[in-house]
Amino acid sequence: MVEESRVENTAKERDFLVLSGISKRYGGVVALENVDFACERGKIHAVLGENGAGKSTLIKIVAGVVQPDAGTMRLEGEEVRFPSPSSANAAGVASIFQELSLLPDLSVADNISITSPPRRLGFIDTKAQRRRAEALLAEIGCEDVNPLMRVRDLPLSRRQMVEIAKALGQKPQLFVLDEATSALTSADVEKVYAMLARLKAQNIAILYISHRMHEVEALADRASVFRNGRHIETFDWGRRSTGEIVQLMIGRDIATQYPPKPLRPKGKPALKLGNLCWERRLEAISLEVAAGEIVGLGGLDGQGQKTLLLALFGVLRGVTGEIVINGKPVRPSSPAFAKSPSVGIALVPEDRKTEGLMLPMSIADNLAIASLHTLETGPFVDRAKERSAVEKGIARLRIKVGDSKDAVSTLSGGNQQKVVIAKWLMTEPGIILLNDPTRGIDVGTKQEIYRLMRELADQGVAILFYSTDYDELIGCCDRVAIMYDGRIVRELEGTDLTEHNIITSALNIDGAAATSPPGEATHV
Amino acid sequence: MSNSTISNAPFSEPRMSGMPMPATWPRRRLGGDLLIRLRQNIGVVTAIGLFCVIYLFYHFAHPKGFSSAVFVQNADEVFTLAMVAMAQTLPVLAAGLDLSVGAVMTMVGCLASYLMSGAAQGTPIEFSFGGTSHVLAVLPGGVIGIIIGVIICFVAGTLAGFVNGCVVVYGRIQPIIATLATGAIYIGIALFLRPTPGGKIDEDLNWALTNSLQDFASTVHIFDDGNAPWFAPLGAIPVPFILIVVIALVVWVPFRRSVTGRSVYAIGSAEGAAYMSGLRIDRAKLAAFTLAGFFAGCGGLFLAIQTSSGNADIPQAGAYTLNSIAAVVIGGTSLLGGTGGAIGSIFGALILRVISFFFRIFDIAPLLQPLFEGIILLAAVSIGALRVLRVKNTLELFR
Repeated sequence: MVEESRVENTAKERDFLVLSGISKRYGGVVALENVDFACERGKIHAVLGENGAGKSTLIKIVAGVVQPDAGTMRLEGEEVRFPSPSSANAAGVASIFQELSLLPDLSVADNISITSPPRRLGFIDTKAQRRRAEALLAEIGCEDVNPLMRVRDLPLSRRQMVEIAKALGQKPQLFVLDEATSALTSADVEKVYAMLARLKAQNIAILYISHRMHEVEALADRASVFRNGRHIETFDWGRRSTGEIVQLMIGRDIATQYPPKPLRPKGKPALKLGNLCWERRLEAISLEVAAGEIVGLGGLDGQGQKTLLLALFGVLRGVTGEIVINGKPVRPSSPAFAKSPSVGIALVPEDRKTEGLMLPMSIADNLAIASLHTLETGPFVDRAKERSAVEKGIARLRIKVGDSKDAVSTLSGGNQQKVVIAKWLMTEPGIILLNDPTRGIDVGTKQEIYRLMRELADQGVAILFYSTDYDELIGCCDRVAIMYDGRIVRELEGTDLTEHNIITSALNIDGAAATSPPGEATHV
Repeated sequence: MSNSTISNAPFSEPRMSGMPMPATWPRRRLGGDLLIRLRQNIGVVTAIGLFCVIYLFYHFAHPKGFSSAVFVQNADEVFTLAMVAMAQTLPVLAAGLDLSVGAVMTMVGCLASYLMSGAAQGTPIEFSFGGTSHVLAVLPGGVIGIIIGVIICFVAGTLAGFVNGCVVVYGRIQPIIATLATGAIYIGIALFLRPTPGGKIDEDLNWALTNSLQDFASTVHIFDDGNAPWFAPLGAIPVPFILIVVIALVVWVPFRRSVTGRSVYAIGSAEGAAYMSGLRIDRAKLAAFTLAGFFAGCGGLFLAIQTSSGNADIPQAGAYTLNSIAAVVIGGTSLLGGTGGAIGSIFGALILRVISFFFRIFDIAPLLQPLFEGIILLAAVSIGALRVLRVKNTLELFR
């Protein structure tokens, strides 16, 4: 069947981009092996596979970021070579990468036109550039972003929209989106869908990589599955069921996506917030998280969920209100204080590349870095203690490492995230704050994280879990607090915890719903 | 609750699109565009404000304050540092550092001390090696000789910067160590050229460029020797001030608006992202160092004209390099790269110089000068750090 689809694919006249026999190795690791792949104009072609399956390498080759060791690439029948990203751009390939490629100190308008700014008399025409930015942002429904703003000052979801506007501005013939929606709110995702539909109608070829199956389901015309650097199969969407696709991707069947929620009486409150306020971004937050409970934070992106986690972790100055941990009022003044044994908070931060990990340092160093104070003998870090702690951390999360002395940057995204989580578990926290921990990581690792969360809860840890993925909140959490404009507008629990309720509360459509008793709201 | 219904439910159903978006979401964070621009250039704005305050104070305290003579003297003393600071700005914007700007300045100054004599019979360029003096070349005399000399100085500075750029870009060597090495080479060349201080600069040239516009006009015989009625109000403006403005407008402003200039900022902001955006990283870095060499060369040329001599003064070269870094930082350019600009650095240089002017009028013991300069520099830089106190999200301090 695999052979059949390959033959059928390469024979098509309409194929826009054809890769044949592409191989790529990084040192001893095979990233892609003898891959044949093709995509057509006017089709959205999903590329599926776990992290490490070779999707990113494939995309990087198409975008001119890495060069294949073997094989050829044809664009509309012509053999092409992309020695650099700019040569790929020139050939009409625009890419949005998993790692944001924006320049934080430049303005939105500068960023959107960075590859080929409008010029007058040889110089950049800033007025035209601004108009261009406004037009492109309007096209993807992002009129709220002022093109003069620095990208640094925008929330992550807006940055991702700017990135999309930037790629759109390159007038691509082939549009590559690699996890381009991972930080977006569902409202933004809708806008991206509409934009992709327009591009499709303009007969543009689209390559779409996403871990969110429901997105792929909604968009894809064709799909290719990769596994361990090989192209497994390409098929028209609909010819295979979701179950079959997942099986192709990971080679095993996943019975339940989320671990079951135990029914047990609520434990003692581990974390109690009373009337927490900060800078008009958090307004009168009152919330309880019991030991052994997983409480979700939901709602549109940027409604204060991340701010709340930062406030609890001692990152914000000038927080007012009450934070009570295990019955004792505390005022976290810094992350160092928050993680101290008497408080026992851990935060898995939003951006693992900059806030979670020291990328050039070794896996072992990264794992030990938050719990060094427990590994001391006299004034020195005890090597033996450190080694055993690191080994325990690696084993507990089943992190796939060759040598723990390797730089953590050599790991795949999913394994990097595991390192961040393991690092915090080594501090033995009583309260774990998770800031969108599954963003941009593969299905297999996601499920491992869900299982781990439930295990920790069973051991009596209180978990506060922010996610942009509603499925995840419903599947993982005992209770979900929906935030809107810096407040908690509603708490959902049990049978109330449905997608419909989350979305209605997130958009704050019915103000009454926020106060109505549970049970009634489900009939709205 | 059942998990299967959730995982099978496609998320793209039109139920989302039918819902109206809340009117207040998302909110605009800031008022007008002006406010955004002001906030983004707060470093430069602070530097300009600080300069205005202390310079006004200086003039009030000075017995001959607000006179053309004082303006002229100040402008002469500022010009070279302003140029070297502009030079330093470019590598810093690209997240580098150029430790050779003072050396390039010195080398070009020593070269200029041969080329600007204005002697009718022409000028020999000599250098000493193994105890004997060698004549390298003889230039034509008169005005043409001076013009050729100026061009040679520009080329020499630019070339030195280009070499720095090549070492950094093609040698893949970190800027700080690359320019430490090339700087030593340039000082070495300067010592070959001028083992002892000396040289000659055309007197008219010195007079015309280091005084007021009125003096310039009367020296080069334009505008009725500077007596034209319309010219009178402009007469008091110092020539070096005009030169700084012209160089900033003719070289810096266009550079900043060019794609290459934009690329320099992009490199300092996030080099990986700049590369992924298809920018020409190598070319931009090369341009940054080359232009730095040009600015440093301008500084050296002026220093030679102003002092009527060339001097391969190693401590002076080092002091200019370090002061250039201070000026860049005071002027609101981040040493991490990506934000700021050469205009701010000019004001940084002005602030540094005005601080030293105060020693003259308040008659502080010369031995105490370095101590006071250090304290004041630290205070001036700390003003830029005051924003830290207003940061409510401490994570922002580490970005």
